[in-house]
Amino acid sequence: MELDADDFFRDEEDQAEAQDSLLEGELSKEYVVYLVDASPKMFNTLFTTQQEHQKLESHFHIAISCISQTLKTQIITRSYDQVAICFFNTREKKNLQDLKSVFVFNVPEREFLDRPTARLIKEFDQLEESFSKYIGSQHGIVSDTRENSLYNAIWAAQALLCKGSAKTVDKRILLFTNDDDPFGSIKGAAKSDMIRMTLQRAKDAQDLGISIEILPLSCPDAVFKISQFYADLIGLEGDDLVDFMPEAGKKLEDMKSQLRKRMFTKRIVKRLKFTIVNGISIELNSYALVRHTEPGAVTWLDSVTNRPLKIERTFICADTGAVVEKPTRQFLPYKNQNITFSMEQLSEIKRISTGQLNLLGFKPLSSLRDYYNLKPSSFLYPSHEGTDSSMCIFIALHRSMIQLNRFAVAFSGSSSRPQLVALIAQEEVIQSGSQIEPPGMHMIYLPYSDDIRLVEERYSDTSGMVTKASSDQIKRAADLIKRVDLKDFSVCQFTNPALQRHYAVLQALALEEDDVPEMKDETLPDEEGLARPGVVRAVEEFKTSVYGENYDEENEHGIGKPTEASKKRKAMVEFATTECKQYDWGELADTGKLKDLTVVELKYYLTAHNLPVSGKKEAIISRILSHMGK
Amino acid sequence: MPPVKDALLLLLDVGPSMDSVLPEIEKACSLLVQKKMIYSKNDEVGIVLFGAEDTDNELTTEVGGYQHVVVLKKIKVVDGDIHEALQQLPRGTTDGDFLDAVIVGMDMLIKKFDQTNKGKKRLCLITNAQCPIKEPYEGTKEEQVTIIAKQLTAHGMKMESIIFRGKLGQDANREIMDENDHLLNIFSKETSTRLLYLENPISLFGALRTRNITLVTTFRGDLEISQKLSIKVMVYKKTAEEKFPTLKKYSDKAPPSAQYATHELKIDYEYKSSEDRDKVLPPDQRIKGYPYGPQIVPISRSEWDAVKFQPEKGVKLLGFTDSSNIFRHHYMKDVYVFLPQPGNTGAMLALSALARAMKEMDKVAILRCVWRKGQSNVSIGVLTPNLSDKENIPDSFYLNVLPFAEDVREFQFPSFSNFPASWKPNGQQLEAAANLIKTLDLAPHGQPEVLLPDFTTNPVLERFYRFLELKSKDPDVAVPPIDDTLKKITEPDADLLLQNKSVIDSFCRSFELKGQPLKKSRRLWGGKRSSTNDVIENASVKVEKIGDLTPAQNASVKVEKIGDLTPAQDFEALISRRDSPDWVVKAINEMKNKIFDLVEDSHEGDNYPKAFECLVVLRKGCILEQEPKQFNDFLKHICNFCRENRLHSFCQYLASKDLTLISKTEAVDSDVTDEEARSFLVESEPKVE
Repeated sequence: MELDADDFFRDEEDQAEAQDSLLEGELSKEYVVYLVDASPKMFNTLFTTQQEHQKLESHFHIAISCISQTLKTQIITRSYDQVAICFFNTREKKNLQDLKSVFVFNVPEREFLDRPTARLIKEFDQLEESFSKYIGSQHGIVSDTRENSLYNAIWAAQALLCKGSAKTVDKRILLFTNDDDPFGSIKGAAKSDMIRMTLQRAKDAQDLGISIEILPLSCPDAVFKISQFYADLIGLEGDDLVDFMPEAGKKLEDMKSQLRKRMFTKRIVKRLKFTIVNGISIELNSYALVRHTEPGAVTWLDSVTNRPLKIERTFICADTGAVVEKPTRQFLPYKNQNITFSMEQLSEIKRISTGQLNLLGFKPLSSLRDYYNLKPSSFLYPSHEGTDSSMCIFIALHRSMIQLNRFAVAFSGSSSRPQLVALIAQEEVIQSGSQIEPPGMHMIYLPYSDDIRLVEERYSDTSGMVTKASSDQIKRAADLIKRVDLKDFSVCQFTNPALQRHYAVLQALALEEDDVPEMKDETLPDEEGLARPGVVRAVEEFKTSVYGENYDEENEHGIGKPTEASKKRKAMVEFATTECKQYDWGELADTGKLKDLTVVELKYYLTAHNLPVSGKKEAIISRILSHMGK
Repeated sequence: MPPVKDALLLLLDVGPSMDSVLPEIEKACSLLVQKKMIYSKNDEVGIVLFGAEDTDNELTTEVGGYQHVVVLKKIKVVDGDIHEALQQLPRGTTDGDFLDAVIVGMDMLIKKFDQTNKGKKRLCLITNAQCPIKEPYEGTKEEQVTIIAKQLTAHGMKMESIIFRGKLGQDANREIMDENDHLLNIFSKETSTRLLYLENPISLFGALRTRNITLVTTFRGDLEISQKLSIKVMVYKKTAEEKFPTLKKYSDKAPPSAQYATHELKIDYEYKSSEDRDKVLPPDQRIKGYPYGPQIVPISRSEWDAVKFQPEKGVKLLGFTDSSNIFRHHYMKDVYVFLPQPGNTGAMLALSALARAMKEMDKVAILRCVWRKGQSNVSIGVLTPNLSDKENIPDSFYLNVLPFAEDVREFQFPSFSNFPASWKPNGQQLEAAANLIKTLDLAPHGQPEVLLPDFTTNPVLERFYRFLELKSKDPDVAVPPIDDTLKKITEPDADLLLQNKSVIDSFCRSFELKGQPLKKSRRLWGGKRSSTNDVIENASVKVEKIGDLTPAQNASVKVEKIGDLTPAQDFEALISRRDSPDWVVKAINEMKNKIFDLVEDSHEGDNYPKAFECLVVLRKGCILEQEPKQFNDFLKHICNFCRENRLHSFCQYLASKDLTLISKTEAVDSDVTDEEARSFLVESEPKVE
């Protein structure tokens, strides 16, 4: 049966994970309105000369591609958040209040502020070409009218964000503009009037719990001056004002990643009490900074109606066939009897520690071996519910641990798997104005001796002929390493090709497109780079130094003797092939007599033809038939 | 395939010098036998004791000598009998000669298996190796040991030695120990097995491999450095979590007379149409749907197979990079080990050269791995060198899986440097912290590391197996407490704390715990700030200036927890949150805890007014939310608690304030009459005296 085992047979740890994510889910959702300035100035193309090759891009294009990128990530990671995309300084208008120069972009079957859909993403991607035709760009603030497009835009955004309670929803307006002085063309009293009104509008929105963020786009020749107008709008003062504008000439790429970063809201996975000594403890929150992203849960549908199915689980007694309620006991056969345990006893066994996180001591960082790892780490940061002295303890330990190159060993008494953990102090890393690594501690889950396998010893060479490389060979290897150096490698540079493919397929199917766009697999090695003469030479020298002249020979035949298992496998295939020849498979298939053969006989065919031998008899028969093309 | 049979002979030193650690050895060996009974029922085990009071072995009867070596259990399939024998080992009276024991053990294995069962015959020697072995009749001790070791190898036997030294006693003879160490090292080399020195009883559990797991290759084939060069490797799992044994769901439906009842519960899944509850859909009428935003996209299996991502099997090098470019906390999963193909000298040298060069240059390699054919995903991993210091073990690599861009969540956290001065440690506090770190050292210089993961067993599993054994004898037994030795894993070592009492005390003094609560925070952006500095950014909390909160604004403040400052107000805010029904329960529970804390922490009644204030709001809240029982039970409970803990004054205080239970007239759900409600506290008073 085609049953998704993963969905049902989760072990306790998975359950704990599921609960964790529940805790995450309970914390806020996010509603975002993207306000994009569509004034003609945004369409000026500019040369970006940061990199070697010149690129022609308009600020409008940058804004659009930022948003598009964000939407694509969001639909995967946080599809419950809602978004609206709103342009201002437009020719056409479309919004709830029928305000001039404001256009809310939307697609059918979707409210203005709603969850992103495949269609929204697709049409938004194509928007740039049709923009001037359907929406049009026009500077909305002109001196002789009293129109104020920025005011209208904030008002429209605020109206969009009026749904949902401010308690549970995080509401934000993200404003993209390259005009640091929107009222520059206005003179006299009208100007100050308009500024005052606009600021009041923004303040009203903020009072309603909506935060406004500006993403300023600077031209290479004229840096965006936040203090002109927008500093007042978003309430920046003092030091922040200085910090706000990233240095001139900041890479456009950075913008994109910065935007994506801000899209995530922190979610606390667990609150922990960290006991240090003598009953001194501090409150910490744990966060999941690195977790494997799954393509989303599978829902079973009726293949005719495409309506979701309800899955009902029943427990059936294997002896009597009676339907039983949820079991309360589990058992393990031991010494010819069944030992039963109640659920309470099982959880009692796991309760071996009194505290949530107990400090045991410290070790130098060098004792943290590379193989001490089982699952992704967690990140710890002091809870804001503590006191200033608990914060003080955390910072003091944090600093001293970094200074002394030590990590803390602690015992984490979690209910799913109590285990030893290593706490590594992480110093804050800031690169071009944005935080790359936050300050805090990483909690690394350590294995027990039962979890570590002694592979190296088991496969040690008994003949005692083991040889270590000579210094010349090491030197050649070093040359090779120097040649194939990834300078600025960062883990974030690869997207998961399987996941990207998955979503590309889903998007294509959701939009009923015929072909799935080919994705570039970024994880493939750079063949071109590896074919450079310098690299090839280094490879050849290394090869000669290690293998001598007979590299090909040695690798062709592998080692002299095949392993036990491979010998056996070979023998089995040979046996199956001879057995297989004794049947007239075509005939058997045509007369429908395959089912009269035994599974063992059927498997001869599979083994001989190098097909998988798993499955029930029907599955095997259908596999044979499809292999024969029948 | 028949189950692989593993024969293990335990050679245990029971001489007088071992007395103190024998209980640990008993426990560790019992665990080993228990696991075998569950996971590898066909394995065989035997027990030989040396340094024993008696002598009982075949060699003595056949050729004489071999005094004080007792074959406690002959080699047989694991059963309760062997387990039982290990529970209480007889204590010995003489100094043991481990070489005698090894010879007796070897003889037993040869007699039982002869040349069969190659590679599956093991001897496991546990001793402190403090007593000298007898001088041989001819040749030196060294020659004799070498001969025996060669014999072991010739018969396909392996010998593991666990040398338990503990804290050395006065009478330990350095010279003898060094000689023994030298001899044992010959065994280790000749039979290429482990020789372990332990000092700590906790390590014993971990050192004795209690489960023999058949290693399965994850991948065997080429590690492609470039198109022109590939190295033959074998990849295995280095770590993998050992889970709880799989328990089956129990059914008691079978009649007690049914002898062959399995008592198992099977789980059955039915896929029912959401419109028509009675309609069950067979597999061919179902289709899988995957979420994409709000949509669920149906994709049939064949459709999926046609378009899904199908990378080619292979392990390819992407390049080398500085080890500082990889963060330790990005390691995602359990770890793999890359070994050269056995017998392939070229591969061995190539890996060795790369590993050593990488180590020297502080580099790591980035790989792209597709382990199996037909695998539908790839992983990116970091390869770190693992240099071997033993001549018979080749250099190898460890591989850790790295996250993809989608897997990394870049949350922003406030940087410590922006915090107000009172949150930052001063010089003296930093010094106290540094001293604490230095003294609570688990890897002191020149001494073995404590709590080394490689030797630290899982205390939960140990406890489970012990409970299992107890339960097999008495089904109603309670869960035993955690083993005292293993408590050192979950709690700080009391000795270590005691030794460094002064440092710890000065640490505690430096950080006085009664600090000011951190202020509730606001968002960094938006709105004016009251002060730039005392803001701790937290995305989920949005609060206006704390000072001028009006009740109306209060509602917009997102209270999530009852704090210390204004518990009564927090409670009211919490209980009136309407976004989830859970808040009421949460509010009541938190309030109860808070009141308890207040009463408990009270010094001469200084917290009573505050606790009383909290009780009043709790009472009001419980009436409003129709939860009178919650309040009534709590009030009774706290009064009882106070009486038992000499806090009568609180009950008196409450009585003086006319606080009563919630009566039926106030809340219909209450089962307390007006009379009872009024008299509760008054009545309870006299009883106290």
